[in-house]
Amino acid sequence: MTNSKNFRLLVAIFGALAIISTVRLWTDQDGLTSSGTIGTALRLTVPILLAGMAGLWAERCGVLNIGIEGMMIFGTWAGAWGAWQFGPWVGLLFAILGGMFGGLVHSIATVRFNIDQVISGVVINLFAFFGVRYLSELVYVGKKGGGISQSPPQKWALPRFDLPILSGGEIAGWKSPDFLGWLELRRWFIIGDLGGIGRGLTHNISWATVIALVVVPVSTWVLWRTRFGLRLRSSGESPVAAESLGVDVIRLRYYGLLISGGLAGLAGGTLSIVASSYYRQGQTAGRGFIGLATMIFGNWRPSGIMTGAMLFGYAEGIKLVASDSITALFLFIAAISGVFLIYAIIRRKRIQVLIALVAFCLSALAYQTVDTVPESLTQSLPYVVTLIVLATANQRLRPPAMAGVPFRRGEPH
Amino acid sequence: MSQQLSANRNFDSMRKSLNTLGSSLGAIVLALVICGVLLLVTGKDPFAAYGKILETGLTGEKLLEMLKRATPLIFSAIAVAIGFKMNLFNIGVEGQYLFAALIAAEMGTHVSLPAPLHVLFILVVAMVSGAAWASIAAILKITRGINEVISTIMLNYIALSFIQWIFETFFRDDSDGGLNVKTTEIASSGRMPDLVDNRLNGMFIVALFVAFLYWVIVFRSRFGFQLRASGLNPIAARTAGIPAKRMILFALLLSGAVAGLVAMPSVIGDVYAYGPSSTPTQFGFAGITVALLGRNHPFGIIVAAMLFGFLDSTSAVLQLSEIPSSIVKVIQAIIVLVVVIVNEASSRRYNRKIAERAALALKSLDVSR
Amino acid sequence: MRSGSVKPNQKSTIDKSPVVELANISKSFPGVVANRDISMRIERATIHAIVGENGAGKSTLMKILYGLHQPDSGTISINGVLTQFKSPSEAIAAGIGMVHQHFMLADNLTILENIILGYEPTSYGVLSLSDARKRVKELASSIGVDLDPDLPISELGVGQRQRVEILKVLFRGADILVLDEPTAVLVPQEVDELFVNLRKLVANGTTILFISHKLDEVLSISDQITVIRQGSTVATVAPNAVDRLKLAELMVGSDLPGHGERATKIGKNIQLSARDLTVIVKNHKNPVQNVSFDIFESEIVGIVGVDGNGQFELCEALLGLVDIQGTVEIGGIDASNLNVRERLDQGLAYIPFDRHREGLMLSASLWENALLGHEVSLSRGPMIDFDAAKKSCREIVEQFGVTTPNELVPAFVLSGGNQQKLVVGRNLAKAPKVLVAAHPTRGIDVGAQAAVWEEIRRSRDAGMSVLLVSADLEEVLGLSDRILVMFDGKISAELDPKKATPQILGKYMTGAQ
Repeated sequence: MTNSKNFRLLVAIFGALAIISTVRLWTDQDGLTSSGTIGTALRLTVPILLAGMAGLWAERCGVLNIGIEGMMIFGTWAGAWGAWQFGPWVGLLFAILGGMFGGLVHSIATVRFNIDQVISGVVINLFAFFGVRYLSELVYVGKKGGGISQSPPQKWALPRFDLPILSGGEIAGWKSPDFLGWLELRRWFIIGDLGGIGRGLTHNISWATVIALVVVPVSTWVLWRTRFGLRLRSSGESPVAAESLGVDVIRLRYYGLLISGGLAGLAGGTLSIVASSYYRQGQTAGRGFIGLATMIFGNWRPSGIMTGAMLFGYAEGIKLVASDSITALFLFIAAISGVFLIYAIIRRKRIQVLIALVAFCLSALAYQTVDTVPESLTQSLPYVVTLIVLATANQRLRPPAMAGVPFRRGEPH
Repeated sequence: MSQQLSANRNFDSMRKSLNTLGSSLGAIVLALVICGVLLLVTGKDPFAAYGKILETGLTGEKLLEMLKRATPLIFSAIAVAIGFKMNLFNIGVEGQYLFAALIAAEMGTHVSLPAPLHVLFILVVAMVSGAAWASIAAILKITRGINEVISTIMLNYIALSFIQWIFETFFRDDSDGGLNVKTTEIASSGRMPDLVDNRLNGMFIVALFVAFLYWVIVFRSRFGFQLRASGLNPIAARTAGIPAKRMILFALLLSGAVAGLVAMPSVIGDVYAYGPSSTPTQFGFAGITVALLGRNHPFGIIVAAMLFGFLDSTSAVLQLSEIPSSIVKVIQAIIVLVVVIVNEASSRRYNRKIAERAALALKSLDVSR
Repeated sequence: MRSGSVKPNQKSTIDKSPVVELANISKSFPGVVANRDISMRIERATIHAIVGENGAGKSTLMKILYGLHQPDSGTISINGVLTQFKSPSEAIAAGIGMVHQHFMLADNLTILENIILGYEPTSYGVLSLSDARKRVKELASSIGVDLDPDLPISELGVGQRQRVEILKVLFRGADILVLDEPTAVLVPQEVDELFVNLRKLVANGTTILFISHKLDEVLSISDQITVIRQGSTVATVAPNAVDRLKLAELMVGSDLPGHGERATKIGKNIQLSARDLTVIVKNHKNPVQNVSFDIFESEIVGIVGVDGNGQFELCEALLGLVDIQGTVEIGGIDASNLNVRERLDQGLAYIPFDRHREGLMLSASLWENALLGHEVSLSRGPMIDFDAAKKSCREIVEQFGVTTPNELVPAFVLSGGNQQKLVVGRNLAKAPKVLVAAHPTRGIDVGAQAAVWEEIRRSRDAGMSVLLVSADLEEVLGLSDRILVMFDGKISAELDPKKATPQILGKYMTGAQ
């Protein structure tokens, strides 16, 4: 990013903070930026983030992965089994392996046999959904706490930590002050929000969350700064050109799908080991597809996926923990839309003005009239947002050019 | 330049169908072997399992249940197959049929018509609703170029959300006071009568009829030819005057309309209402597997639906024999995967053989001249 | 392929031997002799042009040099050493770099990434991007190119993309560059820029092989010119020893095919008309510019020209597959706003350039392919009349001599020539008013070719108008009543086939004003 882009980004973030702080004070809804909300949001972000990254690694090497949900299911089951038998860390390892199994099946079907990638993904989803049920019937029935649709609980939970000094973490047994918490309680303009947000991000954090977040910069570095990553990306952008230059597209696609499966498995693992302490049927609840949506929303870039996952996680978090604040959220969206509207008018971009206007009117209307948003409708938020993004930002979206197109070695072009 | 055209029927589509049938059967056997291995590995006896399946499934009662379970699968698979014939993936059958079920069930309680018309009305409403939901994906593809795989997946979840909201807000009928909330029950004039009391509903006949219509429309009509041509070579189809965007719209509308019927066996043949826990789910995806197994052919789909129906009907009984009942679904998934892979490989081999055989036939023609 | 430490450009030592010597290269494919006893010497640090028409054998020869094909006989020597390339990697290792006519670049990757892909400078697997960037910038400035290596390819114009392809081969240490029709997609300004780059390359010691049919450019840039015609070398000359007319004659041959006589007369009504037809493509030179012509009943107008001068886009414009400026009239009715089906219904028929891509459904049966485009006339109501369709196919098979066991076989079974006969037949069978025929006898053996021409003549006699697009001079000169020469998207000349000479034809086909 260039310097002016960085500067503009900082201004935008600061502006958004100012607006949300104002809204918070105006509506007296602390839940908007409280550490409770943010902490929950972070927890909810993790599986979506990992699912999105799983989709990214697959599509970047050229293969659509509609089967993320199935690979996550394998991850939830294998992870819980490992955690039950050996403990949470081993559980996470098993979760990754479980997801990789799904990735392997997908890669054999699509890369070796050139089955349609979508079909393979759909079948893997079904295979996983019923496969783990079968395995549960086999392994968990009759065990204490287990049954057809759930596993016995894990041996112990993954440790969590608080950041010292900032969030009351322990240093050598001494409980340090909770600076951010203190700030949050003050409820000051912006500073108080920063305190809440900061504390939410640093208090009671699971190590698994840290691992998940680290996946983003590591993926970025590998994909854009290593030879392996460049060749992998070229397999998805132009496998014909890559092959003509001596790149082994087939092998790279196998690797990419194994990584994709592993990440999806890890996503499932966080659901059954971190967010909860056992496997439950239906635990994934469509998050594999939300991950796909996040990948599209994030324009196939890790940073975008992170942003999208955080947004979706935040929306979920507010719903869960501070549902009264939802109306305040509408006010916030209205305010942001208003700012964007002015910006778009100045820039004279008609379509953007239209979108901003519609967003502004809808959210202002919602703020005025809606007391509670029906749970049933908010569930569809990430999907609706994705469709809107697809419909309006089609030009700017840059999926890997040849993702989804079957490739055979040595085919003439 | 005249030549004796060989009456050799060795090349017609019947041959190809037989080849596909053969490789599918082979694939099913292979899949059963793989499943058997899986069973062994997890400590169960595959022969006992398969034996139990056959034993329970081949009774008259269970065979009727097979047909009953096959009915919604036939509808779903045909809906998916219509799309496949044009290289379109309608993964949205799930959302389309649930939406159609809700609307049709509710509308069915607001009219009073004599019996056959009432049923017909409900069916038509279901088809229109399914087509309407599918049209969203079609319009997004035609106007904004959004790939239908993504949009139908998204629309599935949006549909679930939307349906839940409409149901909770408007259509819910609590007069029953029970745990199983549904829409108002449909009057008896709107119910599809059973073929075999409580065992098999008349919708089975409707399903067979729809399969027949599918064959007539897609394989014999002009529209169907244009549909298949657009799937086989969209560029050649365009060059030959077939309008691409219109075909996409019609194909998805038709697919959605058939999808709308998937839940009708439940809505007008069993529960006589729509309810979140009474109307069966997951048939959208099951339909994809049946279409794949049936190779998008009406006869194949019917047979594949019956095979899956057969397997499903045995699952409850398996439970009692210490064989986890979900093995049935796992078998189905593995069958589909293996069949798809084997068919891909074998059709390529078949094409090579046909080319060789044709070359031979031509040589013999030359000799005889 | 070995991955790279970044190699410095090797200056060649003073050496009198030719850098590339091809001796008696011959190559045949089933049914056609592509190269017949070709010999060539290419001197170091020169620009050596190879000219010839479509099908003359130029690209086969270059593919042999690049290792994509092996010659049936003959030898290749590089720097005096006899070599045999079994694959492109071996050719690349010997310093040969090919810049294809159709670029192979990944749009979403940056210039730098495209250049280093497969040859990346790394340390322990991590890309040494700053080293690579430096090297690319060095190479770029050494040939007079100024590019920001971190731009994605999608933002580049055609000329710039070509330069990236050139940098790609230079980066791998190529000192012999083969450029296949490099100026085909460039506007004049980009051509000038390219020539500046090429001259700088030569000054640095690189040898350049330049395939083209544009004689003006060839004369202005090359040091030596080799003319290939029908698989053999015809001559190797220096540009100052020859002028364009002589060169064109060498390329086209001194004998032209004869023109057939006709019994019927040309009609009075115009059945196909184009006025100021222009096809606009974003970020690209307009492939068709202000083309106008009229075709009368019972008339065959031939469009002659080397492939890639806009003929394909012209046909698409007439058919209604692209947006145009200007007008198209079919049978006197303005068809500019009609879609494909409507134009077909007005009596237009089209034999496409690429039968696999645009004409046939390979896995469908012959009769279904014969049905394509004619569904309405072969149905009863909404249903297809299977018997009529099969019968119609049998008639086409019989009339046009399609060699096939029967009409039920899938189309992929047929040889290319027979597939082409089916496509021609299905179009002629419905007696269209206007036939747009692109290479109608491509891939057909001589006997069948004559038969197809006879059918076209017969339909013409019955009133059909034909726009015949072809690079086969025998076909065009033999069939047409009038000839239009197409070059660079425009009609450069209108000629009487009876009076056309090789010089005149060659002159207009290769860029004279």
